[in-house]
Amino acid sequence: MGSVAVVPLPGQGVPAGALVLLRTSSRAVFTENEEVFARLFAARAGAAMAAARLYAEQATITEILMRDLIPPQMRHVDGIEFAGGYQPSGAAERVGGDFYDLHPASQTSRETFIVLGDVCGKGLEAAAMTGKIRNTLHALLPLATNHLRVLTMLNSALLSSHHTRFATLVFASAVRDGANVRLRLTNAGHLPPLIVRGDGTVEEARTQGSLVGVLPTVQASTAVVNLEPGESCVLYTDGITEARGGPWGDAYFGEQRLKDVLAECAGIPGEAIVERVQMLTQQWIGDNHHDDIAIVAITAPRQREAP
Amino acid sequence: MTHTADRVDSLWSAVVAGDEYAAAGIVIAALDGGMPAEDVLLDVIAPVQAKVGLEWAANRISVAQEHAATAINDRVIAAMAHHPAARVEPRLGRVIVACIDGEWHALPARLLAEVLRLRGWRVEFLGAKVPTQHLIAHLHLTGPDAVALSSSIATRLPTAHATITACQAAGVPVLAGGAAFGGNGEYARLFGANAWSPDARSAADLLAEGLPKLTVNAHQPIDDLPHLADQEYTMVARTARSLVRQTMADLAERIPAMRQYTSQQVDRTAEDIAHIVDFLATALYTDSVELFTGFLRWTADILAARGVSGRFLLPALDVLALQLKDFTRASRFIKEAGDDLDRALDPA
Repeated sequence: MGSVAVVPLPGQGVPAGALVLLRTSSRAVFTENEEVFARLFAARAGAAMAAARLYAEQATITEILMRDLIPPQMRHVDGIEFAGGYQPSGAAERVGGDFYDLHPASQTSRETFIVLGDVCGKGLEAAAMTGKIRNTLHALLPLATNHLRVLTMLNSALLSSHHTRFATLVFASAVRDGANVRLRLTNAGHLPPLIVRGDGTVEEARTQGSLVGVLPTVQASTAVVNLEPGESCVLYTDGITEARGGPWGDAYFGEQRLKDVLAECAGIPGEAIVERVQMLTQQWIGDNHHDDIAIVAITAPRQREAP
Repeated sequence: MTHTADRVDSLWSAVVAGDEYAAAGIVIAALDGGMPAEDVLLDVIAPVQAKVGLEWAANRISVAQEHAATAINDRVIAAMAHHPAARVEPRLGRVIVACIDGEWHALPARLLAEVLRLRGWRVEFLGAKVPTQHLIAHLHLTGPDAVALSSSIATRLPTAHATITACQAAGVPVLAGGAAFGGNGEYARLFGANAWSPDARSAADLLAEGLPKLTVNAHQPIDDLPHLADQEYTMVARTARSLVRQTMADLAERIPAMRQYTSQQVDRTAEDIAHIVDFLATALYTDSVELFTGFLRWTADILAARGVSGRFLLPALDVLALQLKDFTRASRFIKEAGDDLDRALDPA
């Protein structure tokens, strides 16, 4: 015969479980010291298990809420290459105030719709606002043949909400035209989209407009850009151009460096452009603090070589 | 019958030409011809990727081409996954494959992830530059049997060390791999990784045998590296950017030609100096002068391939040594590495 001791594992409100000790030795009973030790151990173990359970619950909730805020996986859609890269400012964060989204062509639209933007502010609050903008734009997709109209409706939606934040963004509608890709680009107060031509020339798309969420009316012009096979259009946020660092530690990366980098990227796949720019920006920043960073490349696929 | 070497050659041609259709065709043809998927990954794609790095070092392809070639190899691996020969039902445990934070070269880790998947593991590939906090949160949520960490750049070693320790503290054994951990895995051992592998095949074999069990006593990074007590690593790492600024200023005084540099030349030079300081800091962290010596020799080779003499590195080391004269280990490292470089540049 042996002895048994059952000690509850205290949790938050309800017991996290029980500790059952069995002994089959000649000394039949647990001593008082052993029982005190068991109770102490159970108290610690119970607290740790309760904390772990709480952590797991919260992590699951965060995961579910986060799912719609994380930028989508970019891919090849409708014969066009899309590549994207995203890096929130905080190392521990996965979302921030920069965002991009992609909606493939559908029955209501023959163009693929892409948006990239930047909500003023950082962190979770800004991220929640990006979710709102992405949802609103999703609902407005049937109107995407007219960028200005979408922008106007988005602006009213933002003005009527309790958020006081504003946003800058770029719309792109892309469609295959033979081997080329035809783009309609509308810039709403954002940095100019850059076109990387086959010969290494880097052009700014001629589109301008006002930011959204501030004034009762918005203005914007739309540019039409034609991409030949291998050419790309690059959308990006100021996390890249205003990245501070470099070998000296305090210089801005700047638009000129970005253009120089892109000029070397003529004819290469969109993912490679995105990776190259992200890597150089990250090296530039080093261990410095940085803003959210987002970049999207829209590329007309290179032609299949004649067999 | 096509030989493996011919396949490597034709994949290389397709990849540098940026022709992903031809590249995918070569790989699919190899699978159709009965070549095992693991061999296609490790004996065809991996050598091509290795060649991409070598050709860049020799200045025969541009850095943009290097990125493009890597992107195409990545697409080829994705295309392979749809082939019937590459479809495997997971029957073993769960393994997470990730690159250390700051590590951009994801392809070696991707190859390992695919090989493990083919061997029947349930694999999650987290990709390049995984922030350590995300990795640890993910380990807690998924409870894998092991985590494979990849790093190719030596300057990521202090981060790699912190990541290895954090994974182990979360109760998950670590398999380390990649060039950063040293030719014989010496830095993986120094940091207390549970295992190290020189390549994907031996990593898969090791995992099949089961990783060494975790030691019970949780340890702190400092326990592995008692020499850190002299604070030299911390000081050099913390003041790295001002060391670069001062070195550039002092160099401009010594070398009048530098005053005629274009802004791009100045940028390149400052980047080279910044790398020297970063590698010196890493060498102080691991207490291995070889790491610093090896980096300087490699830099001299890279510069030589671009028509620049590595001699320029010697005065840079001199002025750096003057700034760090109060640091015993740093001074010794710079002296030894400088002498070694001098000999290497002038073998006569």
